[in-house]
Amino acid sequence: MNAPALLRASRASRDFGGFRAVDAVTMSVGPGEVVGLLGANGAGKTTLIRMLLGLIPVTSGDVELLGGPPDRERRSGLGYVPQGLGLYRDLTVQENLAFSSQAYSVDPPELTEPLQGSAGVLVGDLSLGLQRQLAFLAALAHSPRVLVLDEPTSGVDPLARAALWDTIRDQADAGTGVLVTTHYMQEAAQCDRLLLMSRARLVAQGSEADIIGATRAVAVRADDWAAAFAALNAAGEPVMLAGREVRVADADPDHIGAVLSAAGIVAEVAAVPATIEERMMVLARETSSGVS
Amino acid sequence: MSFSVRAATVRHGDTLALDDVTVVVEPGSVVVVVGGDGAGKTTLLRTMVGEVVLDSGTVDAPPAQAIGYLTARAGSWQALTVRQNMDFVGGIYGLPREQLEQRREELLSRAGLTEAGDRLASQLSGGMRRKLGFSMAMLHEPALLVLDEPTTGVDPVSRVDIWRLVSEAAAAGAAVLMATTYLDEAERAGSLLVLDGGRTLAHGTLAQVRAALDGTITEDGVPHRAAWAWRRGRRYHEYWATREVIAGSAVAIDPDLEDVVVALSLARRAAVGGHR
Repeated sequence: MNAPALLRASRASRDFGGFRAVDAVTMSVGPGEVVGLLGANGAGKTTLIRMLLGLIPVTSGDVELLGGPPDRERRSGLGYVPQGLGLYRDLTVQENLAFSSQAYSVDPPELTEPLQGSAGVLVGDLSLGLQRQLAFLAALAHSPRVLVLDEPTSGVDPLARAALWDTIRDQADAGTGVLVTTHYMQEAAQCDRLLLMSRARLVAQGSEADIIGATRAVAVRADDWAAAFAALNAAGEPVMLAGREVRVADADPDHIGAVLSAAGIVAEVAAVPATIEERMMVLARETSSGVS
Repeated sequence: MSFSVRAATVRHGDTLALDDVTVVVEPGSVVVVVGGDGAGKTTLLRTMVGEVVLDSGTVDAPPAQAIGYLTARAGSWQALTVRQNMDFVGGIYGLPREQLEQRREELLSRAGLTEAGDRLASQLSGGMRRKLGFSMAMLHEPALLVLDEPTTGVDPVSRVDIWRLVSEAAAAGAAVLMATTYLDEAERAGSLLVLDGGRTLAHGTLAQVRAALDGTITEDGVPHRAAWAWRRGRRYHEYWATREVIAGSAVAIDPDLEDVVVALSLARRAAVGGHR
């Protein structure tokens, strides 16, 4: 990518007392790119974002927003939708937009179709889906070049989610760089590129396939799925149910087959590619058992 | 014996929160209710546990002491420790001390909360707090487990844990009715109920829900009719009713649950004159 990065971290680290929350992370977001930031709670995603936005300083390394240190002036080129949406619930839709536009010295934006007719409604009385539409509208009013979204669609219905992704993609098509955190794996598939954090470090990046890497799972199909599940669970395997299929992440199919036949269960056992969630689960188990 | 809510209609003032909705949950199975904010998921769950009275329809549920219910919010006392929360709930159900302690430690161990047992609930992460709520709902070994969005806002690793706990409960014979907004997660359930605006859009297995959609979903680099297209990554997916002529460059795809629910919602809202 030749275009200069809009967001960039170079071996950025952050300590809180003796605890390292972000450890030597190098990443960037370029113009027109939608980059997904994944990781379990406590992996360091929010700390990384707060450093990139200049809300907390780095302990070591370097971060840049729009080609320089993330100061107040550069932050005027940023649109940020925090998890809590950052709206005033006791103000109306129109008052919220007037307030946020004034902060950036721009005219309040026109209401988008779903919000038309709600101008005088208190934000606290809007559905969650409409509140999210409004938070987007407020964040986009000053035509930011970088958009940072923290779990933008949590709790929203599929149609409203599709509408929000239309907005995100329109922004990217117009050259805006987007960094989005999500716990929703289908949403991860909407991104151009993914970053996976675990225990303060960036452990994988690239496409979904790059993130999953060599991690495999074992899929078990048995007529008596409940018995198959119970037998594998009793054997201490990290077992999960997917429809009537039982799955075990990062397991040896021969071993799983042996556990099942020892319990007298007839089943089809196959090695299959893992999902992103299974990859994350494997990382978490490595962490808790001290293997790295 | 199965549990059910049949032909349920619930009015909140002028709005129909539920309009002729039926759900049946068999022991040893997981039924997932999907739909967004305002779809009627919580109302349906509260109907099942007896917290909402029907305007018409019937509820066939076990007595309250055989139901475990995890609400969408909190679900634990912030000023109590993890173990105190469990003991308090155990006391309400009148579990004998020895049985309570054994069951408590077993559930905490399965939920990965043993080491956090003496921590205040207020100091738990979102994922741990939901696992505690789940363990509290399971303490008295309910025949019917009702879970309202147990995984919303929970990170993927804790979510996998919660799904494992749900699977265990079903494998042990409980009937599980749970609501979620995560459609990738819903695809794992044996049976689905898709709600939108208080009505059933589709129900049954994943295959049956897919079959409920007449017409075709296609993929292309451009939308052909903006009102019927939605983005998936850099591509557009689009819904075509059965007799429509599909644009030449659009390629039919095997839709996932997300596509099917979006298309069903678009079709229904067009039929009732709404918009997206």
